[in-house]
Amino acid sequence: MSSLLRRNRFLVPRRIVQVSLLVFFVGANLYGWKVLQGNYSAAYVFESFYLADPYAVLQMLVAGFILNLDVIVGAVIVLLIYGLLFGRGFCSWVCPMNIVSDLAHYVRRKTQMNRLDEKMPIKRDMRYWILVLSLVVSVFSGVAAFEFVSPVSMLHRGIVFGFGFGLAAVFMVFLFDVFVVRNGWCGYICPLGAFYSFIGKYGLIKVNHTKNDCTLCGNCFAVCPERQVLSIIDKQSGSIPNSECTNCGRCIEVCDDDALHFGKYRKLK
Amino acid sequence: MSENQNTTRRDALRKMIRSTGLFALGGLGWGAYVDKAKASELVLRPPGALAEQDFLNSCIKCGICVEACPYDTLIVAKPESHVPIGTPHFKPRAVPCYMCPDIPCVPPCPSGALDIDKLKKDGDETGDKLDINKSQMGLAVVDHESCIAFWGIQCDSCYRACPLMDEAISLKYERNERTGKHAFLKPVVNSKACTGCGLCEHACITEKAAIRILPRDLAMGKVGDHYIKGWDEEDEQRLQNIKDAKYQSTDEVPAEDYLNNWEDLIDE
Repeated sequence: MSSLLRRNRFLVPRRIVQVSLLVFFVGANLYGWKVLQGNYSAAYVFESFYLADPYAVLQMLVAGFILNLDVIVGAVIVLLIYGLLFGRGFCSWVCPMNIVSDLAHYVRRKTQMNRLDEKMPIKRDMRYWILVLSLVVSVFSGVAAFEFVSPVSMLHRGIVFGFGFGLAAVFMVFLFDVFVVRNGWCGYICPLGAFYSFIGKYGLIKVNHTKNDCTLCGNCFAVCPERQVLSIIDKQSGSIPNSECTNCGRCIEVCDDDALHFGKYRKLK
Repeated sequence: MSENQNTTRRDALRKMIRSTGLFALGGLGWGAYVDKAKASELVLRPPGALAEQDFLNSCIKCGICVEACPYDTLIVAKPESHVPIGTPHFKPRAVPCYMCPDIPCVPPCPSGALDIDKLKKDGDETGDKLDINKSQMGLAVVDHESCIAFWGIQCDSCYRACPLMDEAISLKYERNERTGKHAFLKPVVNSKACTGCGLCEHACITEKAAIRILPRDLAMGKVGDHYIKGWDEEDEQRLQNIKDAKYQSTDEVPAEDYLNNWEDLIDE
């Protein structure tokens, strides 16, 4: 039992954080709790200040609207939290789509869908193109373009305010991840994740690797949703250099050699 | 060797062109979808909402106004509601706006899509007093065919439901020629006072409401500044708004004198 807990020592707190944020949001709508009102696009915290999705705010700004200070400050707070501390941690610790994509990943592993893969139909840098494209479309359409199609927003809005057909969009992400591309949505397409990859580059908290402890068993590669970030495994010691790492900590949990740890940024050696 | 180099260079060029093409393909498709999805003429927005285009841009779709509404009037648009997704709106036949005097939905809006300045009480210097009656969520429009008051049957449900009775909806008395001894009591909406709260639509007794709230843009025409009520001095002020040089007054030929200056009109 204790080994099971140990093997999920980050997964469990991650689920607790993800679910409890949702509980607060849902409670605000159903029972009028004042902890977190709104949703992940913008939230009113303890009726005293706002948090806002910096990517949504960026789209609205390039679409040409001068927004209220409340929402700008809210976006800056979020930018600072992830930019200075947690890196791309939003994706694995906060975003509710992570629960869906982790479930899809689990199903895909259990059914061994990977055996059917011949060649990846898309490349991982596609999400950066989509990120740029979303801003271009925002400029020309005069509205935040990704917010009109985002399955992530449909998911958290759906949980708080009722799904409707939004559930279909979430299910599409699930099917895509299971049957088309491993971790396809979060790892290849989602521009919100791409945005957090950008701003999380200099986050203080990183996954650190100790080369000398590594036996190259490959456990970390099996669970990592962004396998390309593990390029330094058994080659160099120090922090995972690739900011596409979501700081989910799955690799640390499954490492039998104690060769991976959370820690503050260390140079590669 | 040189041929080989040539092919790789050409392939690189091909890849670049392909990327550009795919980028354009995605952009055009996405843009077309967004353009279609944001077209929303028939939506009623919360009090203090900016004009629809500005509202769509500035609403971050957080739903805080929806949570603040004590009557659950406001709802968040779902994909199938055919209203721009995630935005707040209301359907008065289901739940109208009950016109809370403290307007709880507007102040917490973080992005400015709901503008509290539009709802500040006139003549209040402190600027903290709010006036819900200044909101312009829509305009009540009466369908004369299905409103039974227009048949001559007495019904004043909408008139009595209106929070601005005798201002926004008044009853117009008219002789009923059919019976020769009764009166019509016809509801008439004043567009200057109507806030679009929808209490009338909610109260209407017909199967499908005969008085309904439409977005003001859709319900109202616009006369333009070149038609003026000549008998109304105030209305004449609108002449000042005319920008077109064609309508600007000049010193040369006053409009009312052109027939007197007939010399110019005759060649010889």
